[in-house]
Amino acid sequence: MFDDFFIRAIVAGIGVAFVTGPLGCFVVWRRLSYFGDTLAHSALLGVTMAYSFEFNIAISVFIVSAVIALILIQLQRKTNLPGDALLGLLAHSSLAVGLVVIGFLTFIRFDIMGLLFGDILAVTVNDLIIIWVGGALILLVLKLIWKPLFASTVNYELAEAEGLNPDRAKAVFTILMAAIIAISIKMVGLLLITGMLIIPAAMARNVSDNPKKMVLFSIIGGLLSVIIGLFSSLEFNTASGPSIITASLILFVLSLLKIKQSIQLKN
Amino acid sequence: MGLNSNTLVKLKNAGYQQNNKWLVKGVSLEVEKGKIVTLIGPNGSGKSTTAKIALGIYKKIDGEVEKYTNKVGYVPQKVSIDWTLPLRVSDFMVLTESLKDDAIDEALSLTGVVHLKNKNLGNLSGGEFQRVLLARAISKKPDLLVLDEPVQGVDFTGEIALYELIKKISEQLNCGILLISHDLHTVMSATDHVVCLNGHVCCSGSPSDVAKNNEYKALFGEQAAQTLSIYEHKHDHIHSHEGEIKKN
Repeated sequence: MFDDFFIRAIVAGIGVAFVTGPLGCFVVWRRLSYFGDTLAHSALLGVTMAYSFEFNIAISVFIVSAVIALILIQLQRKTNLPGDALLGLLAHSSLAVGLVVIGFLTFIRFDIMGLLFGDILAVTVNDLIIIWVGGALILLVLKLIWKPLFASTVNYELAEAEGLNPDRAKAVFTILMAAIIAISIKMVGLLLITGMLIIPAAMARNVSDNPKKMVLFSIIGGLLSVIIGLFSSLEFNTASGPSIITASLILFVLSLLKIKQSIQLKN
Repeated sequence: MGLNSNTLVKLKNAGYQQNNKWLVKGVSLEVEKGKIVTLIGPNGSGKSTTAKIALGIYKKIDGEVEKYTNKVGYVPQKVSIDWTLPLRVSDFMVLTESLKDDAIDEALSLTGVVHLKNKNLGNLSGGEFQRVLLARAISKKPDLLVLDEPVQGVDFTGEIALYELIKKISEQLNCGILLISHDLHTVMSATDHVVCLNGHVCCSGSPSDVAKNNEYKALFGEQAAQTLSIYEHKHDHIHSHEGEIKKN
């Protein structure tokens, strides 16, 4: 069944969408889109590490992204630089170092476009296992930290005062961000992963009046984006990542109509 | 005040500094089951800071905090809800503790806002939101309630009703309450112990003891001293933004 590359891509994409839906809501709620970008940029370094040491790409990307996230947390504590400057520093320097390392890896033929924008031809059965097993683990952990993470997203001091340990939840969430980037990089490409997290969640915000609904619509939006995006990628021979993101943009634009409608209803 | 099994939280010579400036220093107080302790003092005197020390929100503190319960309900002074988060009142009620639907209704009815249950939190008025905050804090039936100006923005009759509710809850649940308030006379009749802050504890004791204290009089004026000792008086003064009390 998984012999066909397209079936593999669809199954992989669906797995990714189930995880990016809920995580994307937290990225929107907690204003972490630039943080997601930074981790995604550092993923290039992770990929080069994987090629250099002949290691699994997803695991290598996960380790490098998690290390970058920890460095970021340390820098935030130890320096007086604003958060966005630190994010920019880490995003661009890890991207630059990754590209320099690629320059040295002359013995490998690199599909840089596939890396940046995703490549459905590259999804192997092995990747499917990583996406579905890894994705299930991410969702399980997210469910475990949901209450403290959500409560501290609404109000940090309430969560802390009422004994929910929000700092631990935040640290775990950072690790989950690194993990989702690691498992979705082949599908969407590292330049567009944050779009996969944010755009379906933003679409869901427009049509939801409570957090659970927003998570549900974010998942549905992600699934539709993947399916529409991959079919058009096959049809028009376009890169998979941009096709998926374009599909999600169309869904977002459609969701704006709903806002307009509810504003008219109010008046 | 000796330490006994009724103690819920105890501060020993506690203080907190931010950017090399002491927000509050040398605070000792104790909240026991069934008792209401009220913090009073001018703006910037460290009332909210003291509450956050007691709650364990501030961790790098001077002195000691001993907390004997994890069942805490907190009404912060300021809560801003982000518009990026769609949140109904019923979602907010279960933020830190899962509650059955009737428990949510019961708490919201007590503070008189059960009709707002399915409304979006962002669409509430200041007073309505304050009632929801209080309902959320009491709904989990806590051992310790920390209320930082819980009735701000609530209309006058509502204010009195909510203070009566707070007193009733402390009796019903036998929980300890740490209350911060600017409204001296409404609160004092219900308070067991008053701590008057001005960057440090300037005096503390029963309401009538505090009213006689000279430092208290210096801080709040003669008028306020009378307010404390005579509860049932007419509202013949106004409260300025600085927390001072001016005669009409």
